[in-house]
Amino acid sequence: MAILINKNTRVLTQGITGKTGQFHTRACVQYANGKNCFVAGVTPGKGGQNFEGIPIYNTVADAKAATGATVSVIYVPPPYAAAAIDEAVDAGLDLVICITEGIPVRDMIHTRYKMRDKKTILVGPNCPGVITPDEIKIGIMPGHIHRRGPVGVVSRSGTLTYEAVGQLGEVGLGQSSCVGIGGDPVNGLKHIEVMKMFNEDPQTEAVIMVGEIGGTDEEACARWIKDNMKKPVVGFIAGVTAPPGKRMGHAGAIISGGQGTADEKLSVMEACGIKVTRNPSDIGKLARSVLR
Amino acid sequence: MKIHEYQAKELLRRYGVTTPRGIPCFSVDEAVAASSQLGGKVWVVKAQIHAGGRGKGGGVKLARSPEELRTHASAILGMQLVTHQTGPDGQKVRRLLIEEGADIRKELYVGMVVDRTSQRVVLMASSEGGMDIEEVAAHTPEKIHKVAIDPAAGLLDAQAADVARKIGIPEASVAQAVSLLQSLYKAFEATDASLVEINPLILTGEGKVIALDAKINFDDNALFRHPDIVALRDLDEEDAAEIEASKHGLSYISLDGNIGCLVNGAGLAMATMDIIKLYGGSPANFLDVGGGATTEKVTEAFKLMLANRNLRAILVNIFGGIMKCDVIATGVVEAARQVKLTVPLVVRLEGTNVDLGKKILAESGLPIISANNMADAAQKVVAAAGGKH
Repeated sequence: MAILINKNTRVLTQGITGKTGQFHTRACVQYANGKNCFVAGVTPGKGGQNFEGIPIYNTVADAKAATGATVSVIYVPPPYAAAAIDEAVDAGLDLVICITEGIPVRDMIHTRYKMRDKKTILVGPNCPGVITPDEIKIGIMPGHIHRRGPVGVVSRSGTLTYEAVGQLGEVGLGQSSCVGIGGDPVNGLKHIEVMKMFNEDPQTEAVIMVGEIGGTDEEACARWIKDNMKKPVVGFIAGVTAPPGKRMGHAGAIISGGQGTADEKLSVMEACGIKVTRNPSDIGKLARSVLR
Repeated sequence: MKIHEYQAKELLRRYGVTTPRGIPCFSVDEAVAASSQLGGKVWVVKAQIHAGGRGKGGGVKLARSPEELRTHASAILGMQLVTHQTGPDGQKVRRLLIEEGADIRKELYVGMVVDRTSQRVVLMASSEGGMDIEEVAAHTPEKIHKVAIDPAAGLLDAQAADVARKIGIPEASVAQAVSLLQSLYKAFEATDASLVEINPLILTGEGKVIALDAKINFDDNALFRHPDIVALRDLDEEDAAEIEASKHGLSYISLDGNIGCLVNGAGLAMATMDIIKLYGGSPANFLDVGGGATTEKVTEAFKLMLANRNLRAILVNIFGGIMKCDVIATGVVEAARQVKLTVPLVVRLEGTNVDLGKKILAESGLPIISANNMADAAQKVVAAAGGKH
């Protein structure tokens, strides 16, 4: 098991012919079952061509019809990325993973509005993607630090997730799936939805929840965990030292109107029974401790 | 991105928002001339800086004669205006807004922000205008009225009228308020704003509804489609190091500590600041070099950190995923040679090609302190910076 994706998932890549799309598609194809998983690319006007053997189509609908792909990954540049999500949603895909950083918030508000009655799940934007170790990697994370195991990871940050995964490796733990939900203020899956999936996943025995300043999603997830979660959860929140009113790199990482501080998130998480650490070097050890 | 009050008002007027008449001025003589151009007997001299809380800091004064106006303009222009948002050094006032006086019967508050939970733009309004809205939210939340705006339909007449009545707009002025609120939303949507705030919105003695103040912030990710808004940017209001960083595609924020940090990824960069603090040190900056850091970018990052007079040590913390550790190590060595490295440098590398990266650092002959993990790195850099304080 695992969540969202596995070795049987069939993926189309939107923006496969751009520099970023090419680089990461190559790495994803080389990872585990990637050669069988990445079945199509989409670039308007380049239908009929191929990228290293992967056929390219003009539209998502064409690519889906021809290959049976049900999942899309998007590397399209920011001005066009929201429209790319809309296209994948309209084509009825199950899951869209949007890597693109820098999409205008207004575009995402309209895209999310159009998605409200659709079945498509969105991960991201501005995220590293999703990986189910030893089966499939969809996104830009380094595959080689991951290994299959019992820990689910959900995070708003890319490299901080790699840090957590790296530490899991040091304490001898692998991952069921790692989901990067992204650093933007208006996005798809939030901590709580991914947590529900890990709760139902038989492979997952514990979850690492990595958050950062801005918004109140971690608090909402923590409250759900308190009442519903059957498995131990450990957490870290980045940005205890971040000053209010300053955007810390990620568009969504900002303390505004007194809301979204790391201290507030950590105290709510702790009160809800989540084992938290303020030391980002201790995430792996903490996960190990709840599995003994 | 932020703009000045007078720029925000000019922009909002184009969308149909009523504001007082006013003229931006860059000198005292211009200010006096502006008052005669505006006419009337009462004027307001308003300091134009990006920070809020200007009135309390002495940056907003009423003038009842041209002489008084000259006195106020002379005092405010060039002053270091200190408010709760500027920090203790304050911000130098370089621009003034001279406005006609207004007959204020009631002060109200309206604002629009992106609400992350509903994923919509939310209109917030309160009868408690002219006050710090965060205070109102904390102590009397029932006095704040919120409406989530449907992205397809926009702000509906009935919604706007309901909010107007709830904040105490009299029946005769409700239609005006509805029009103003809808104009505000149109401006928000059309300009890719991230925040619009009118504090106060006033009701005059004659029952007119006017935006007496205006604040607009814009979504940086959407500036590419608004060259007219980018033209309003005032670099004097921004941190010099942050401007320099943005030229090189670096995400940099100045802080008041003494340990420089160079990290890849925003989340890891924040976590690095946090762990420095946890071990008793104090970060001098947030710096995310991004996923595609080149030698040139790393060099620029070093120059930025070293320009800070408070700097006592630097911590480089890289988890190489897509970015390979040997590339970063080469960049660090190159940068350390190009800029005169005057403080201890602690480097922690992890991830792709980590052994090669460590070898490059070791063979460089530079006095680099190598660390094995984040905790080790933080302890070493805090010690190198002169210990806890």
